[in-house]
Amino acid sequence: MTSALKVIQPGIHTTVQDLGRKGFQDAGVPVAGPLDRLSLRLANALVGNPLDTAALELVLQGPALEVQADAVRVALAGCNTAIEIGGDQPRTIPAGQSVRLVRGETLRVTQLGDAACAYLAVEGGFDIVPVLGSVATYVRGGMGGLNGAALKRDDTLPLRHGNAPERPELGLPGPADLAFDAPVRVVLGPQDDYFTEAGVATFLSGEYTVTPQSDRMGFRMDGPPLEHAKGYNIVSDGIVSGSIQVPGSGMPIVLLADAQTTGGYPKIATVISADLPVLGRRRPGRKVRFAAVTASEAEQARRDQEAELQRIIAALCEVSAEAAIDVAALYRENLISGVISHRS
Amino acid sequence: MDVRFLSAGDTAIVVEFGDRIDRTLSDRVLRLGARVRAVGVPGVVETVPTYRSLMVHYDPLVTDSATLREQISALLDDNAASTGVGRLWRVPACYEPTHAPDIAEVAETKGLTVDEVIRLHTATQFHIYMIGFVPGYPYMGDLPEQLVLPRRADPRIRVPAGSIAIASTMTAIYPLESPGGWHLIGTTPIRLFDAAQPRPALFSPGDKVRFEPVTAAQFDDIRAATQAGTYEVPSEVLAS
Repeated sequence: MTSALKVIQPGIHTTVQDLGRKGFQDAGVPVAGPLDRLSLRLANALVGNPLDTAALELVLQGPALEVQADAVRVALAGCNTAIEIGGDQPRTIPAGQSVRLVRGETLRVTQLGDAACAYLAVEGGFDIVPVLGSVATYVRGGMGGLNGAALKRDDTLPLRHGNAPERPELGLPGPADLAFDAPVRVVLGPQDDYFTEAGVATFLSGEYTVTPQSDRMGFRMDGPPLEHAKGYNIVSDGIVSGSIQVPGSGMPIVLLADAQTTGGYPKIATVISADLPVLGRRRPGRKVRFAAVTASEAEQARRDQEAELQRIIAALCEVSAEAAIDVAALYRENLISGVISHRS
Repeated sequence: MDVRFLSAGDTAIVVEFGDRIDRTLSDRVLRLGARVRAVGVPGVVETVPTYRSLMVHYDPLVTDSATLREQISALLDDNAASTGVGRLWRVPACYEPTHAPDIAEVAETKGLTVDEVIRLHTATQFHIYMIGFVPGYPYMGDLPEQLVLPRRADPRIRVPAGSIAIASTMTAIYPLESPGGWHLIGTTPIRLFDAAQPRPALFSPGDKVRFEPVTAAQFDDIRAATQAGTYEVPSEVLAS
């Protein structure tokens, strides 16, 4: 009998994501992968997976799934809400903690709280054939994941392992600091010379809002318009996750996981890789301020962040039933911070 | 114009050779890309050639932009190096009215007959500058001056896969159904992108393309053969 998770409710835009599809951008294939690479990896660490294992990315509202396997272990990361488990033993397990479910139980992540995205990892991962070396879902190209699409009602997510053994569950030492108010750091360029001095100053001092016209391809910002110095068309060049292009409207668009590989609008700056998760978590309506750093500061920030992630993973601790309650309380009160701290 | 290194954050740098669409610049971009791949620069994840620059994607946990600039600068000196081996593809193209929704309008706008549009489009050997926009979408140039015109004022929400299009100095083929603002002057029955293949895009940047007219009946035959997996797009190796 195939082990699977059956989709009862798909959520708003739930996709299978691993760390992305590398090596085909010269063929026009976007990398895809998670909006929040850190939380995907933390979710995997909590269920004992290699960190690059594919997990579900939940956007704005999560799915309801039924366990069609003897036992599965899952963990939610990237938000400060919880997994609601239905069945003979209803219970609520906060994000940042693993839990084992048995056949017939359901799990539901309705709310993501303040987070735009979150990750649900399953011990052993999904039994999905990679496309071009990755199972990351690229919906516009109909590629990867489950049939190249976001989850739909009645889909079946096949699992590699259908009988997660009983063992102590793991938890983060405290709730994650998701850096909802931290500035988003950028390196200016490659086309900051296409903007007036005032335009660059506006970009670095203005307050922007993530608009509802945002998706995995890019977050469209609303705020003070940026003044171009010499038009808003360039001879198309390369795009990277984090590229901030500014079309004629003067409103910045931060290109993210599903970004096209090339583009013809000038790019004032690039969000540093350490802060891509910080931006990726911001829901529509959230504020964003940009702060400039150098490329070498950005590289150092990324190295520091990796080291910190390794420290957090090394510090994962076994949780008892009582501790789970304590952690839940702390989440509600938001008393602990600094687990994924933002360094600036 | 001198080579410029531009920052694209901490996971990519841009090596820019100029600011215009130009075959000489494109050749330099493609040469550098081939050199970077051949040498195997540590930490380089992939390179993406565009009209006038090479984007070098890197892993900041393995290397850094300062090191990369030095290593890539050393490769720039080797201008005599070949761009590698490219192919010339002979792409079947149906220009009949049923397969070319905009060709009459293009002809009228440019003061040409439809046959002249077809003749001009098939007489040119195009250079693939880059692939982008959507998976497998080749930007090919340059169009003869008589066919150069701006994009449509009113972009289409859905352009069918296989549509052959022109805009500005470029021609392209839509590999998948997608939105698009270019003028559709023909359709090809071949498949440009197949994610099931280890090299998913049929064309590579630097390859050349010639369009060869086919009738609607031939179009149907080639499409059936393509779907059956028995059609191979005619091509030959070009030494550059």
